[in-house]
Amino acid sequence: MSRQTDTRASVPNYPTRAFTRAQPQGFGRRALQHRSFVLGALLTTLLIAAALLSFAWTPGSAYEVDMDAALQASSSRHWLGTDAFGRDIASQILVGARASIAVGLIAVGIGLTLGVVLGLVAAARRGWVEEIIMRLADFTFAFPALLSAIMLTAVFGAGMINAIIAIGIFNIPTFARITRASANAIWARDYVLAARACGKSRSAITLQHVLPNIAAVLVVQATIQFALAILAEAALSYLGLGTQPPQPSWGRMLSEAQTLMFQAPLLAVWPGLAIALSVLGLNLLGDGLRDLLDPRLTRER
Amino acid sequence: MSIFLLKRLLTLVATLIGASIVVFAVLEVLPGDAAQMLMGPDAEPEAVTAMAQQLGLDQPALTRYWQWIAGLLHGDMGESYVYGSPVTELVWERLAVTVPLAIMAMCITAVLAIAAGVFAAANHKRWGDVGLMGLAQIGIAIPNFWFAILLILLFSVKLQWFSAGGFPGWSEEAGGGFWPALQALLLPAIALAVVQAAILARITRSAVLEVLREDFVRTARAKGLSRGAALWRHVLRNAMIPVVTVMGLQFANLLAGTIVVENVFYLPGLGRLIFQSISNRDVIVVRNCVLLLAAMVVVVNFVVDVLYAAIDPRIKAGDI
Repeated sequence: MSRQTDTRASVPNYPTRAFTRAQPQGFGRRALQHRSFVLGALLTTLLIAAALLSFAWTPGSAYEVDMDAALQASSSRHWLGTDAFGRDIASQILVGARASIAVGLIAVGIGLTLGVVLGLVAAARRGWVEEIIMRLADFTFAFPALLSAIMLTAVFGAGMINAIIAIGIFNIPTFARITRASANAIWARDYVLAARACGKSRSAITLQHVLPNIAAVLVVQATIQFALAILAEAALSYLGLGTQPPQPSWGRMLSEAQTLMFQAPLLAVWPGLAIALSVLGLNLLGDGLRDLLDPRLTRER
Repeated sequence: MSIFLLKRLLTLVATLIGASIVVFAVLEVLPGDAAQMLMGPDAEPEAVTAMAQQLGLDQPALTRYWQWIAGLLHGDMGESYVYGSPVTELVWERLAVTVPLAIMAMCITAVLAIAAGVFAAANHKRWGDVGLMGLAQIGIAIPNFWFAILLILLFSVKLQWFSAGGFPGWSEEAGGGFWPALQALLLPAIALAVVQAAILARITRSAVLEVLREDFVRTARAKGLSRGAALWRHVLRNAMIPVVTVMGLQFANLLAGTIVVENVFYLPGLGRLIFQSISNRDVIVVRNCVLLLAAMVVVVNFVVDVLYAAIDPRIKAGDI
């Protein structure tokens, strides 16, 4: 044992350690060492698993009204108790995850598709096209997103679809801005200049060089917008403008629980916890992805 | 500077005009005729038509838009269908709740965030930093209306220190007064502030860390200034520009947040007025209030831009 250490000490510049450290680590290994990424991925998986599980199995019924079982405390039969209509809270939380995921996915999808196209066009065309697109994006920032979503759902009717569209619309300028800013940086690179010199068209360069190079930024932003969409859906549903009964949603569960705060305070705790954990998970995942996908952004902060 | 101001001012006016057009157009498609709504579903068609005429709803949209804008320029917002009183009066009444609420929330945000951010930066990578930033991460994830409900659960239901909602009013004749009113706004302001403070604390921390790396800080320390003195005298001042900018942007979120939080606490503020008016189809009230909120957001951001161009001479017109 001691001899071994001696041999190593006698060759101080032996490069094994330096060599192994310099070896490029795979994404998977780096990801597993990143604490916030692991925690975020875990929470996000939990959210998705809850939604998937709810299709196959729930501990009780999230829909069935049973006035005899109203407002029960947690028990082996009803893990988190029941609401004022005797519906199982744990089951409603599981099914409620569906609404959050659906809204997040589609709203981010709308924002991502339209926003990225607009941003790419702005960066590729420059000039007045860019000016118009960016001024429009600035303009929408004058309206707080939630206020506009309330107005839109009120005008076109309350409901999950309209809530999704309203939230999606306000994702467009966010994605357009970030796409254009990142794409402009790529357009300034030498290899883009080389591609142009070879006679490649703007659209070819956009698709082959710009888009793949800004994908990481977009993925990170998408997780953050996903979290924001969950928060917005919860707020809209809390106000009665989002997901409609009998479909369970975390926001509406909170508004129902608020009227029963003196009788059953815990009813107001569980759905909020579900929202907070989902959003926390997505935010941590986003932070982790940012560090992992773009090491240049990781600074000693 | 004057060209910069003029440019920003023009953008401001253009944004406001654009906002008024969008608000008007969106509300034009609001289903459910306001006249029908007022007269009830069983009203005679003639009576509804007469009501529509009385409200001026039979005129073309463009005429009504001009009338609205012309009225606004004279400080006249029209008359509410539902309340039957001038919208200006209604709005003033409600602003007496929303504006103090937003200001209180912003002050709490600033104090919490700057204290936490500077402390975290000063203890970079130590327990205080890690703990505070973990808390901030959680704070960002909490929906403000849930936090509001939790505050009510703790302070109203359990400890019974505060009432669970409502607003006594600022005047003592009406059974309220300055302190009772302030007390009624405290929990809502905290609920609004915590999420914003969590975001701002992160910004403050990274801004302070950035400045701490600058040469002039090292020089200040080298000439014998203590860590604390260097932090307060040199670092904080220079780190304030991003912090103030983000605070300006947060004001928009704060105003939007009041809509939800006022509903949680049953506060008679602007947000609750908008929400109720939407369900009442009180278009006149909705469009004026929405435009007012948008105008507040735009003006606050304008002031922030101008202010920091004044504070930091390095910022020129082209940068913004």
